Amino acid sequence: MSNALLQVKDLHVQFNGQRKAQALSGLNFEVAAGEVLTLLGESGSGKSVTLRTLLRLHPEKNTLIKGEIIFDGQDILSLNPKAINQYRGRKVSMIFQEPGLAFDPVYTIGQQLTEVLRAHEQLDASAAQIRALDMLERVQIPQARKRFNAYPHELSGGMRQRAMIALALVCKPQLLLADEPTTALDASVQIQILLLLRELQKETGMSVIFVTHDIGAAVEVSDRIAVMYAGRIVEIGKAVDIVSKPLHPYTQGLLASTVRHENRGSPLVTITGSPPNLAHLPKGCSFAPRCLRAQVNCLSEQPELASTDSTSFACWYPNS
Amino acid sequence: MMSQESTTPLNTQDRGGPAQPILVVNNLKKYFPVRSGLFAREGKFVHAVDNVSFSVAKGKTLGIVGESGCGKSTTAKLIARLINPDSGKMVFDGDGVAEYGGIALKEFRKNLQMVFQDSFASLNPRLTIEQTTAYGPTVHGVSRAQAFAQARSLLQRVGLAPEQFATRYPHELSGGQRQRVNIARALAYQPRLVILDEAVAALDKSVQAQVLNLLQELKSERQLTYLFISHDLHVVHYMSDEVMVMYLGQVVEKGPVERIFSHAAHPYTRALLSAIPSMDPAKRTLKPPLEGDPPNPINPPAGCRFQDRCPLVKDICRSVSPMLAPVGVVYDHTVACHLNLEPPPHE
Repeated sequence: MSNALLQVKDLHVQFNGQRKAQALSGLNFEVAAGEVLTLLGESGSGKSVTLRTLLRLHPEKNTLIKGEIIFDGQDILSLNPKAINQYRGRKVSMIFQEPGLAFDPVYTIGQQLTEVLRAHEQLDASAAQIRALDMLERVQIPQARKRFNAYPHELSGGMRQRAMIALALVCKPQLLLADEPTTALDASVQIQILLLLRELQKETGMSVIFVTHDIGAAVEVSDRIAVMYAGRIVEIGKAVDIVSKPLHPYTQGLLASTVRHENRGSPLVTITGSPPNLAHLPKGCSFAPRCLRAQVNCLSEQPELASTDSTSFACWYPNS
Repeated sequence: MMSQESTTPLNTQDRGGPAQPILVVNNLKKYFPVRSGLFAREGKFVHAVDNVSFSVAKGKTLGIVGESGCGKSTTAKLIARLINPDSGKMVFDGDGVAEYGGIALKEFRKNLQMVFQDSFASLNPRLTIEQTTAYGPTVHGVSRAQAFAQARSLLQRVGLAPEQFATRYPHELSGGQRQRVNIARALAYQPRLVILDEAVAALDKSVQAQVLNLLQELKSERQLTYLFISHDLHVVHYMSDEVMVMYLGQVVEKGPVERIFSHAAHPYTRALLSAIPSMDPAKRTLKPPLEGDPPNPINPPAGCRFQDRCPLVKDICRSVSPMLAPVGVVYDHTVACHLNLEPPPHE
């Protein structure tokens, strides 16, 4: 695809700290301009690692990255430190799960917003302040002028997440990376933030990569969903296809084990076992040890993503 | 109107019968003082649990739902007496808890066990899981050999083969396995009531389903009663027979699970239910059901605590606290709302 804003090709990430872990093993995906892609997976599946690798946030000393990340024609993995600073925050920015930890506690929300603006654009202090205030209003923070001078701890969880979104979007990035932005929030606030993200995405036309483990939240916001397992994408396709006719046994198991109203009174369908240890990934398909349809070749041969009319999946024995 | 204060007189003769609720909680209250600085004025309190009354029937599951800070976990800790209530009474199967002529606290705690959200923090890192599971009963006077034999059979029951797992330490297990250990440990006392405080919240979806199935099996095997605390309405709907909705330390609605999920009478419950994302891309949520965040529980306003977020607020809500009262003729469905009389939607 030539109109892709972001292309990730055969990305491998290995951590070589005290313990070794193969966090990503051969990740391939594309994000078109104006598209919302959700990375869905359980803990340890590599969804957050993907986002951090896109911004090159991992310490280079003990991280081994192989593969290619092409953003808007540029190879991100070969950028020099100065260029990477222009790329981070200006072209691609990120919102985190815990907004309380992502803000600097000793500066006001307004100071942090204007700092970002003035670092990336030629603006004087008053112009930056006007832009920052405008941004706070666009993320629907009531009494924006008052909040502008507030410290992060003075805001509630939902308000801090809105401020975090304002901080990420103030320089009008082309791509927003959202790492479980609603997981730490209450249900009534979660839906507010999801709707706000959807609205801002439509308004600005930016692309979004949204990371979550909650299928419900994924369905609310995304155009396409990529299901991740043990550092690989096992199935990717339109949100409606993933939810209604999944082909990979892991996606099917994940959907079946989600508690719904209809389940009441009967045992839940479960996936047996637990996710694999990333230090010792099994040979072949990493899902094979938990898979009911696994055959001999699943234990030795790694299936590649194959596309069909609805979704692309990596499985030797898909089932419709 | 039935007031929140009124209590059913308990017939102690009925003790042990199936009709007797296993636990009755009356007017439980806990205020935490807030200290904000050297020169701070006194008199600020977090109203964590404010006049909460309920009962749990034998062999049933009572689900407690609410957003963070609504007092769910404090209620659980007050019941287990991990913290002492400011006021309030508890009756366990006909016996007053820790009062003259009633059941002693130590005896009560044998009958009641708790499973917490953080599976790692609730296990002793220096004990193997077999030792952890056997520790409690030995303290309560069971012989060592017997306690260990029982621990191994419990571990087997929760799906951790003793020959493979018994001598492992908590850090060698995955989150789901650790939560199974916590469940086994809770069952080692032969409890009758188990409090599950967000016990599955930290688990991945595929593991969560396994643990929920295990809990349901154990419940029917051992005639357990559960107090199931969660913020996940899907899970509460799946597990519970009755549901209690809390908001800022108070019970706002209570009733049988199907009734609450289809005919919620409190505006807050309705908002919570419509905040659940649908699984259908064609039916996306268009408008957030509630504006703003849950307010601060420090010195809450007079009147209904939900007033500032309620779409249907009336003058009376700002001055008078609503009491729990039956909804229409359904006597076991109660709601604390002045607008109670209006018919619930989607009848």
